[in-house]
Amino acid sequence: MNDTVVSPGPIVRPYGDTTGDGMVQVSFTLPIPHSKVAEGAAAQLAAKMGIEPALVVHAKPMGPGFTFFVVYGRVNHLVDVSAVQVVERDYPLLAAKEVNLAIRTGLRRRLVVVGACIGTDAHTVGIDAILNIKGFAGEKGLEYYRELKVVNLGAQVSVPRLVERAQAEKADAVLVSQVVTQRDAHVSNTKQMSAAFREAYPSHRRPLLIVGGPRFDESMADELGVDRVFVRGTTPGEVASYLTHQLVTRRAR
Amino acid sequence: MSTPRPPARRSKLDLDPVTVRKARSLARQAGRPIVDLAQKHTTVSVERATLRLAGLSGADPDGTPWVNRLLDAVRGDVGIEHGVALPVWDALVRGEAEDLETLAQKASAGSVRFRLPEGRDLTRARSAATRQVGAGIRRMDARRRERERLVRRYGDPQHQPWIYLIVATGDIYEDMPQAQQAAREGADVIAVIRSTGQSLLDYVPEGPTREGFAGTYATQDNFRLMRAALDESSKRLRRYVRLTNYASGLCMPEIAALAGLERLDMMLNDSMYGILFRDINPVRTFVDQRFSRQVHARAGIIINTGEDNYLTTADAVEAAHTVTVSQLLNEYFAKEAGLEDWQLGLGHAFEIDPDLPDSFRMELAHAMLARDLFPKAPLKWMPPTRHMTGDVFRGYLLDAFFNLAGVLTGQSILLVGMMTEAVVTPWLSDRDLALQNVRYVMNAAGSLHEDFRPAPDGFIAQRARQVLAESIDLLERILAHSSNAGLLDAIADGTFGLMKRPADSGRGLEGVARKAPGYVNPATDLLEAP
Repeated sequence: MNDTVVSPGPIVRPYGDTTGDGMVQVSFTLPIPHSKVAEGAAAQLAAKMGIEPALVVHAKPMGPGFTFFVVYGRVNHLVDVSAVQVVERDYPLLAAKEVNLAIRTGLRRRLVVVGACIGTDAHTVGIDAILNIKGFAGEKGLEYYRELKVVNLGAQVSVPRLVERAQAEKADAVLVSQVVTQRDAHVSNTKQMSAAFREAYPSHRRPLLIVGGPRFDESMADELGVDRVFVRGTTPGEVASYLTHQLVTRRAR
Repeated sequence: MSTPRPPARRSKLDLDPVTVRKARSLARQAGRPIVDLAQKHTTVSVERATLRLAGLSGADPDGTPWVNRLLDAVRGDVGIEHGVALPVWDALVRGEAEDLETLAQKASAGSVRFRLPEGRDLTRARSAATRQVGAGIRRMDARRRERERLVRRYGDPQHQPWIYLIVATGDIYEDMPQAQQAAREGADVIAVIRSTGQSLLDYVPEGPTREGFAGTYATQDNFRLMRAALDESSKRLRRYVRLTNYASGLCMPEIAALAGLERLDMMLNDSMYGILFRDINPVRTFVDQRFSRQVHARAGIIINTGEDNYLTTADAVEAAHTVTVSQLLNEYFAKEAGLEDWQLGLGHAFEIDPDLPDSFRMELAHAMLARDLFPKAPLKWMPPTRHMTGDVFRGYLLDAFFNLAGVLTGQSILLVGMMTEAVVTPWLSDRDLALQNVRYVMNAAGSLHEDFRPAPDGFIAQRARQVLAESIDLLERILAHSSNAGLLDAIADGTFGLMKRPADSGRGLEGVARKAPGYVNPATDLLEAP
């Protein structure tokens, strides 16, 4: 039944086909025409990345002035797992029924969630995956939860309009999705949004601010001025559970 | 002829011709009231497009285009329900200014009063307007002939489908070398994606632009620069490289006019996309769409419709029939506006969850259904986006199956999928790898569609028939809506792409006016003239 798994120590290195071989594979393009020198340049870059010896297994010219490389090799870095810092889930995962029950008994009214894509971002994939009844990854979206009132403002909503609607709807939580990251638009838009909410609300009345998107880092919440950052792969159930934990369970305590 | 012609062949699915006729007839019934509605209204953007065809361009020092300045002044004095042509050319005939730009300048300074001319003044204003707008339309005609000449000289791609690649840096001067590089690597069609914010701007920015988000602004200068860059490529590569942009959003008619004037070859132009995905008012969209399609018809531009988008929000299996319904509606609206079969780049996409059993067979069924329903249309085949997870290796495999489905079902325009979809904007190497993928499949599978004929009552044929039957059901449900414009109700209650868009809300509604008796628009008159 049980596979014997040797519990890895805190220090690990990449695994190719043998424990401790440290093998990695990378690909990149250099802006030089293909030649022996170009391949040497690729090996040099790999060495500087800690890949030594590096095997340039593939080199292909791409247009007149570029070469694409695939490199395999042994990386001489070690990973200290005990020094890794991540945001662990600090709330219990609830089923839809449990969320509804907790809100009904704890809040005695529906919990209001306002969602939008702000700035010029027109990609509603993220916000829709979380909010639309259709949902994501086999989980129904927040619209499916009876005790959640969901107002999805859609794409390209300006920050003032978002604040205005949040106030009008008496939002308990505001969800913002940011997909477009060109020139770090996702970061500047989010900061602008959180600042606007801080200005518009007294601190104890401010709705919970949540931002999500594929290129955010969970540890950026403070920097962005939001309460929580959700990253790639977040499901509606996780968001609903977090909302319940923050706005019902914890407040009741 | 300047179109990717689908391979000549008989229908492979043996669709019942009576059912197919019924589907088309239902689409016509659903679309007709919308056309009536469109004919009864005008919009600020239709009127501004008319001014652009008459040759007004440029912007004030703040960057507000003169067409907006002039239109706003006219609107303030007499409204737009009579059309902008009569009050504007009446002012010119009266000698308020020697040309449109001077008139726009004076009008925005408040030194011109507009009025609705009557009697002989009306006749004079009308014929002056017709003369000047007609010159613009003739310029568009000349650009169309120029395209036909270049296609004859350089030729069309030897292969099917045509390879369509996207460029999107935000900076037109970066886009140009990238587009030329893409053409060198084998792209037959270059699309310059627009900056994400543009669809909701109620004006067309001016000049060459170097700042955009996830795309480059559509401006007349950017169109001209990119067309010139690709003309250079066409000459060097000895094949005509086509240029695509977007006639969508609040300025759809104006962008269509600019595309015609600058010899763009294809334009994204969907009948419902702006409503569903940009929350633009439905009436505004249908009015703008009809005018823009009339322009495209005249300019010899191939439109690309946006059915792929439904499948990014709704499930590609459950919602397969909404794609077919939208294609049928797009076809009706397009033909009503004067477009011909060879101009209908109806869209669809490879978006079924790859973890589903038989997902590829279903993709083939849907793609063949589109091919068989629209045998003469240059169908546009769109790559997977929704199930591209960041696992670039799996993504590369999925794109190969997408390419194979495109070759196997005789698609006409293939938008090249990137394995880094949903990860980064494509890198140079991503594009090269993607083109290798396409080339491998086209070389290896080539004319496999000639050998490929699904079993008459097999999975593929049955699935296609099922989707067609569901499409007919949906069209019947649309027609059963209470009001006579059932399609508007269907859009309002979330039938397409799960988005609910009522006819009395959405962006741009304030720019719609019901035409008054005596409404005049020389552009519409000339475009509709037999």
